[in-house]
Amino acid sequence: MIPASHYLILSALLVTIGVIGVLTRRNILIIFMSIELILNAANINLIAFSRQLQDVIGQVFAVFVITVAAAEAAIGLGIVIALFRNRETINADEIDLLKG
Amino acid sequence: MENLMGFTSTAEVLRYLRQNSAAIGPEIILTIWAVGVLIVDLVNPLNKRFWLGLFSLLGIGFAGFNLYRLHGIEGTAFSQMVVLDPFAWFFKVIFLVAAALVVLISLKYLDIEEAQHGEYYALILFATIGMMFLASGIDLIMIFVGLELMAICEYVLTGYLKFRPRSAEAAMKFFLLGAFSTGILLYGMSLLYGLSGTTSLQGISDALSGVSSNQPALLLATILLVAGLGFKVAAVPFHMWAPDTFEGAPTTITAFISVGPKVAGIAVLLRIFVQSMETVRSDYTVLVALIAILTMVWGNVAAVTQNNVKRLLAYSSISHIGYVLVGVVAGPESNGVFAASYYLFAYAFMNLGTFAIVVLMRRQEIQGEEVNDFNGLFFKSPGVALLMLIFLAALAGIPPTAGFVAKFFIFSAVIDAYFRTTDSLMAVLAVIAGLTTIIALFYYWRIVKAMFLTEATDQVQTRLTPAMTAALVVTLVFTILVGIYPGPFVELARAAAAPLQ
Repeated sequence: MIPASHYLILSALLVTIGVIGVLTRRNILIIFMSIELILNAANINLIAFSRQLQDVIGQVFAVFVITVAAAEAAIGLGIVIALFRNRETINADEIDLLKG
Repeated sequence: MENLMGFTSTAEVLRYLRQNSAAIGPEIILTIWAVGVLIVDLVNPLNKRFWLGLFSLLGIGFAGFNLYRLHGIEGTAFSQMVVLDPFAWFFKVIFLVAAALVVLISLKYLDIEEAQHGEYYALILFATIGMMFLASGIDLIMIFVGLELMAICEYVLTGYLKFRPRSAEAAMKFFLLGAFSTGILLYGMSLLYGLSGTTSLQGISDALSGVSSNQPALLLATILLVAGLGFKVAAVPFHMWAPDTFEGAPTTITAFISVGPKVAGIAVLLRIFVQSMETVRSDYTVLVALIAILTMVWGNVAAVTQNNVKRLLAYSSISHIGYVLVGVVAGPESNGVFAASYYLFAYAFMNLGTFAIVVLMRRQEIQGEEVNDFNGLFFKSPGVALLMLIFLAALAGIPPTAGFVAKFFIFSAVIDAYFRTTDSLMAVLAVIAGLTTIIALFYYWRIVKAMFLTEATDQVQTRLTPAMTAALVVTLVFTILVGIYPGPFVELARAAAAPLQ
């Protein structure tokens, strides 16, 4: 059996990649994918702990997270399309109407 | 979970549902109503969407009546998922009042923007449901789902004027940072689950009570939770989304997101930290105190140079959250929870009143968002200018308004905490809170100066509709009443703080 620590290291790596992606990438879709990585890192954590603790709640939590992430993806892509229709760009650096 | 497994008949399931759903009556009513608004919009019998607003007001009214009848009843429901206590009750009142006021100020505004659609009201109702579950959730799963229900509705509402580049851009920024903060918060929650083996706040409290606070994973979870919730309440340094989102969103939605998510975020912060993370009290106190200092200083300093009123009010609302966080730091022993709850109650009315006036300034072709658009308002509409003066005085904390009493309680809580713990951090907080209040006077004065001491640059009158008048009267009455006759409201806020002592 793979020890829980391996899963936790994997999820820590994923969350790090995700945070770095959000902070450094300029394409909105890639920022969005990085956010999904963070959510899935949390899911791996929840399921690993759930197995470790022999407790089902972590898995239930993960199912909720997957559902909510799907809703969030739908809304997020809708906003990307609304923005693209207005500005014809999905580069975060060119989205600069609001500043002050 | 055990009683879910033990059902033997349909009748038993129904009895379980009936007993438990009483605790979330207002939420159920609002859910039915929100779906109803969508259906009525589809069928559209009256051919004027204006009525949908009044229809959703009716729903909020019913939910409010149901909530009123739940006053004083306590207990948990749905296998320790939600709780009915004075704390949840108090915050639910704020959310319902905020939703009703936002619907009132939206009726005319949406006609001007030519965007009167049923989804708008349905989304406001759904977001309110999310906030109400945040106030009553006592399980990390419940809190997460409530948070997302609120946040997703608000992303859509921010981008509601989808043909305006600024609205879409505001929604994009709000969405990216909101989703990012959700991820951070969720990662913190997953660590907390791993440490305690349960998602219930009471269970976490029990499991952590014996744990040393120096455990790195626990500290990491604390930091992630503070950062995630800091994003939601727009505390510095997690505030970057707020000014852009506030400026680009439709003004009515700016009013909504300046109150709803912030109040809900503080409610969750209090629930999670005061109720279940006593073990790391000294750590999170320092963290939240640092954030509070940064928030008060930067919120007030950055507001000084803003020319857009919505941006200015965004920074002003950031600074208000700083004062609320001071109450959180002061802790329940020094009535800090009470002071924070009271502050949020007063803040909801005075802030919604201010934004109602900004919505009123949107007339014909004039956006009414720049400080210059307020020029000479006193000579055109003296009543509106005087109202704005009262709301700004309340935001600045000048007696005899609600803002003064609210700030007074925050100050007395933090000073009491200083004498109780002799922690110099509390003294620093009190001094900085005092100094930044003086900075605040300066930028509110700029709007007052434009209204009273500058000549009008246009002659377009503001037009009061009955709905707008009703919203202004309610906010005005409470802004004054909470200031000069705080007794009953203090009672309510004290009762609300009691479950967290």
